Amino acid sequence: MSALALETRSLCKNFGALLVANDIHFQLERGARHALIGPNGAGKTSFVNLVTGVLTPSSGAICLGGDEITGLTRAQRVKRGLVRTFQISALFRKLTVLENVTLAIAEREGTANDLLRPAGHHRALIEEAYDLLVPLGLASEALRPVTELAYGRQRMIEIAMALALKPKVLLLDEPAAGVPPRETGAIIETIERLPPDIAVLFIEHDMELVFRVAQRITVLVQGAVLVEGSPAQIAEDPKVRQVYLGESRH
Amino acid sequence: MTVSVSPGSLEDRKAVIDAFARRHRFKWYEAIPWVAAIASYFAFDSYHALGAQMFATILFALSLDLLIGFAGIVTLGHAAFFGVGAYAAGIMAANGWQEPLSQLLVAAVAASGVGFASGLIVLRTAGLTLLMQTLVVAALLQELANKWSSVTGGSDGLLGMKIDPIFGVFRFDLYGDTAYVYCLVVLFIGWLIARNIVYSSFGRSLTGIRENPNRMHAIGAPVDGRKIAIYTISAALAGVAGAMIAQTTALVGLNTLALSKSGELIIMLVIGGVGQLYGAFIGVPLYMIAQDRFSQIDPIFWYFWIGLFMIFVVVFARGGVLGVCGRLLERRSSR
Amino acid sequence: MSEFLSITISILFHGVAMAMVLYLISVGLSVTMGLMGFVNLAHGAFAMAGGYMLVLLMKQQHWPFGLALLAAIVICVVMSLILERLLYRRLYGGGELDQVLMTMGLIFASVGAATWLFGPVSQSLEPPAMLRGQINFLGRDFPTYRSFLILCGALLVTALWLGLERTRFGAQIRASVDNLRMAQTLGINTSRLFSIAFALGSGLAALGGGLGADFLNVGPNYALEYLVYFLIVVAVGGLGSIRGPFVAALIVGVSDTAFKYLAPQYGAFFIYAITMAILLWRPRGLFGQSA
Repeated sequence: MSALALETRSLCKNFGALLVANDIHFQLERGARHALIGPNGAGKTSFVNLVTGVLTPSSGAICLGGDEITGLTRAQRVKRGLVRTFQISALFRKLTVLENVTLAIAEREGTANDLLRPAGHHRALIEEAYDLLVPLGLASEALRPVTELAYGRQRMIEIAMALALKPKVLLLDEPAAGVPPRETGAIIETIERLPPDIAVLFIEHDMELVFRVAQRITVLVQGAVLVEGSPAQIAEDPKVRQVYLGESRH
Repeated sequence: MTVSVSPGSLEDRKAVIDAFARRHRFKWYEAIPWVAAIASYFAFDSYHALGAQMFATILFALSLDLLIGFAGIVTLGHAAFFGVGAYAAGIMAANGWQEPLSQLLVAAVAASGVGFASGLIVLRTAGLTLLMQTLVVAALLQELANKWSSVTGGSDGLLGMKIDPIFGVFRFDLYGDTAYVYCLVVLFIGWLIARNIVYSSFGRSLTGIRENPNRMHAIGAPVDGRKIAIYTISAALAGVAGAMIAQTTALVGLNTLALSKSGELIIMLVIGGVGQLYGAFIGVPLYMIAQDRFSQIDPIFWYFWIGLFMIFVVVFARGGVLGVCGRLLERRSSR
Repeated sequence: MSEFLSITISILFHGVAMAMVLYLISVGLSVTMGLMGFVNLAHGAFAMAGGYMLVLLMKQQHWPFGLALLAAIVICVVMSLILERLLYRRLYGGGELDQVLMTMGLIFASVGAATWLFGPVSQSLEPPAMLRGQINFLGRDFPTYRSFLILCGALLVTALWLGLERTRFGAQIRASVDNLRMAQTLGINTSRLFSIAFALGSGLAALGGGLGADFLNVGPNYALEYLVYFLIVVAVGGLGSIRGPFVAALIVGVSDTAFKYLAPQYGAFFIYAITMAILLWRPRGLFGQSA
């Protein structure tokens, strides 16, 4: 049995002549802290979309914890513990913070199929949701609509919802994207404090975050893996330097 | 509900969770429509027949609100289910089965069957294509009713059906006394069902589907299945409403399936306010009473003015009556 | 055998004539939907206006056919420009429900206005003397007016397609339908483009409504009654497509004629069933753009 949390084999995706994923072999270890970096347009978000089922691969296989998931729907993959966050916050903006997280927990537990009893009846879920907000500093805003919160706080809610689903594999798509510098600290701390048994793959441009958190780094360029290795190896690799030459550092 | 700023205190935690968990509790003002309805029975003695039709229409509008206001499914073919329910009751009555309550049941089953089947097809699409498909389903059923005249009476419809007394005791008469109470009770039950769904976990997930379907997929929700479920339930309620109209007016025609019926319904709902459970209770009476007044002055003008009014509401008074009131209340409280 | 051939020719002939009318009316709807993403359910009202203008200018004012048709188109274009500026503009990028409601309101208002202005009875078109009767083509008699309709339609469609392929304006429209933001960054004045496209679409609708008053009777309920057909043509053809609705119009026109002739007891039932089947197979229409 494979000890890999997530694996892709020969993953390819093309839109006509446009190749967004070019024979990607990728392995995510259990409990990993793995970063996926690359210039804009390299296909990092497309990779996440392929893995989570938003895009259908042209060829190749995706395995979660040793089981093939290539044919499963998005929701089915989530049920097996593959959870993602979005680069541009995709929350229920008009609903409250607490409601956002509670919805996720209700799905996880299956109570969301219950149309007989009022939602308030499932108090344990609401308590769990609230308790998830506390360490993220969101508890004081639990009853406010998401749209009223600062963007950095909204990115935290993304992470809260992801954690609410008790993921085995967590894909963070640029968790600090669009967040003003003074608020990124909280996000970095949160990522550092993620439970060690969750395998985390995160896409980031913020190199400070990458080098602080990642144990392994994969560099993606034009849909293909350029190199993969430890942070030290990547920092010294001349090919990587070439790719990033001229790219502005965060 | 004010919560103090210091996070983590146990009182705050309990306060927040309580506030959230108690949203479904009945509030005092929710009794207003029912008190008003009972009072109107006595106050408006000669309008019982109109009142009965109003209650049936409110149930119809409520079922549409579940789709548009809560699940975010915009449909212009809801009359399909209304008409199926009406014809179910009418055909049963015309063929000798005249017991009203069982007619309601059959209407609900028939309409939900049509809702389920059409939902499987229609809900695969979105936006204009979905809207169009809902129109086509209703048009298809209307054409079916038109051509299958041996069963449905064709373009003449079914007339003068006799309905048995309820429980063998309460007879439907010309004055509409029985009809008024009957429709009010059925509406009450329908409202309880709708309200229950809205406040359930299922109902909350519908709100999520409305707000951000992609996000719902990303938290593992079976979005398609949920949409079909609410579509079917909504169709059942609409079917019951249709049956009630058939029973209380002793008349079923092609207009029960018409686009104008769906169009008028959506207008009634929007006037009151979408997605707030009570929009139907405000919009339907306003519309029907205004239409009743207007038809005595000048029936031709009605469509013209209601059309203009609709445009006005969309551009200037978004959210209908409830929306405008909500904004006014917000402004007052923030002063 | 010749009976079968005769019926087939007849069905094709009338079907194609109807298709021309449907296409002329619906192509504008397809473009505005694809271009502005706007659900304009009231599009049929412009066709209705064109029909009324043509019929009544001829009947009551005794204007010649060509002049009346031209006047009908001009009046409708002006009306559509005014409506676009005043109303439609406010709701671009707005929610779908708002657009549905506003255009539904317009439909109702048009029904009311038409009833008030022209009475509740449908108007029939009396073609000019030159176009009445029958003409003989390859040994068969065909109604002159409908032959004219097919010819006219074919010319207009060709002109439209050439115009969209060859002119700069056409290129701008095609670019904007394909990718609006990109078109804007290229400096295309999309706001002006919308107005012109809208006016063009409405003008064509008026033309179709006028010419097609033979098929689609002009009455106050026009916009409501035929809405399904226009939406079917657009959705089956593919939103934003120019050629797609033509194919869809042919399918609808010919099958509707065929079914109504061969199986009148079913009426339009099969059209609706076929539409649902096609959209189940291809949700974006036959020629629609994929996501």
